[in-house]
Amino acid sequence: MTTATMTSTPITAHWRDFLALTKPRVMTLVVFTGLCGLLAAPGSIHPVLAFTAILCIALGAGAAASLNQWYEADIDAKMKRTANRPLPAGRMDRQSALHFGVGLSFFSVILMGMATNWLAATVLAVSILFYVFVYTIWLKPRTAQNIVIGGAAGAFPPVIGWAAVTGDITALPVALFMLIFFWTPPHFWALALFVKTDYAAAGIPMLPVVSGEVVTRRQIWFYTAIMAVAAMAPVLLRLTGPIYGTVALLGTALFAVFAFQVYRRRESDQTRMQPERRLFKYSILYLFLLFGAVVVDRWVMA
Amino acid sequence: MTPEEEDIIRARQKSRSLVTGLLLGFFVILFFAITLAKIGTSDTL
Repeated sequence: MTTATMTSTPITAHWRDFLALTKPRVMTLVVFTGLCGLLAAPGSIHPVLAFTAILCIALGAGAAASLNQWYEADIDAKMKRTANRPLPAGRMDRQSALHFGVGLSFFSVILMGMATNWLAATVLAVSILFYVFVYTIWLKPRTAQNIVIGGAAGAFPPVIGWAAVTGDITALPVALFMLIFFWTPPHFWALALFVKTDYAAAGIPMLPVVSGEVVTRRQIWFYTAIMAVAAMAPVLLRLTGPIYGTVALLGTALFAVFAFQVYRRRESDQTRMQPERRLFKYSILYLFLLFGAVVVDRWVMA
Repeated sequence: MTPEEEDIIRARQKSRSLVTGLLLGFFVILFFAITLAKIGTSDTL
């Protein structure tokens, strides 16, 4: 399947490479949190319009991922984890990725606006622009705190899902936004601890590369503490009931235990990063659990 | 371009056309369903 020969004719990319450009695996969490925001919102929405709203969130996320890879093709080529993506592997030319990403962005935003409302469409547009311009182009190559602010892009889906139903943004979607926002640093830095060598090779200022592992471990613990407050905020503000309260309390306690283990460790051997891997894997489950609990809670309370 | 390379490109173009066609068909149905959903809700406004 290697046809990346240096010819003057443009590369005809396989359709599967366009699909790969949208990072379908990252999309699952985005779609899930967006769906939870939509299901937790009061009021009703026609099932077809709900489906369209979630589809638009997925398409928007795919568009942002495509534009991210269009911009970072040369960086991706230097990392083992990303070297086989369509652009660095030479299976697609950059122009195609740019056109695909821009086209998909406009399509997802306009479809969202027409199917639901223009507030949801505006937040979707802001999240795409934020991911591409603020995170990918501006912060990621410049600061080790890149993923803290950049994490906001991934925190928008529940707000968009909510706004698609209600046409407004109230305290609960903001709390869900905050939860993902403060969840991102411990989640991502746990990963950065065990794939550190890759980021170093590409010259991306990931925290373990710039400030060292001890600082990273301390920062993971620091953001876990703020995340815990964000996780309990919906209960404390009486926006959700005891179901979410119980899941959030137990889930966050376990998260804190894993994060504390990572914080106390002094280990730089890449092959002995089991607690870091465990924190990373659990962090994904954690978000699924809490968002699922919000929906169940709101449905039981309603 | 060798005949083998051309065959590969033709096969890809064919599969891309097929996928594009299927997506277009999907969106035609979706837009029709959205229209029905919108008309259905408008009389309650």
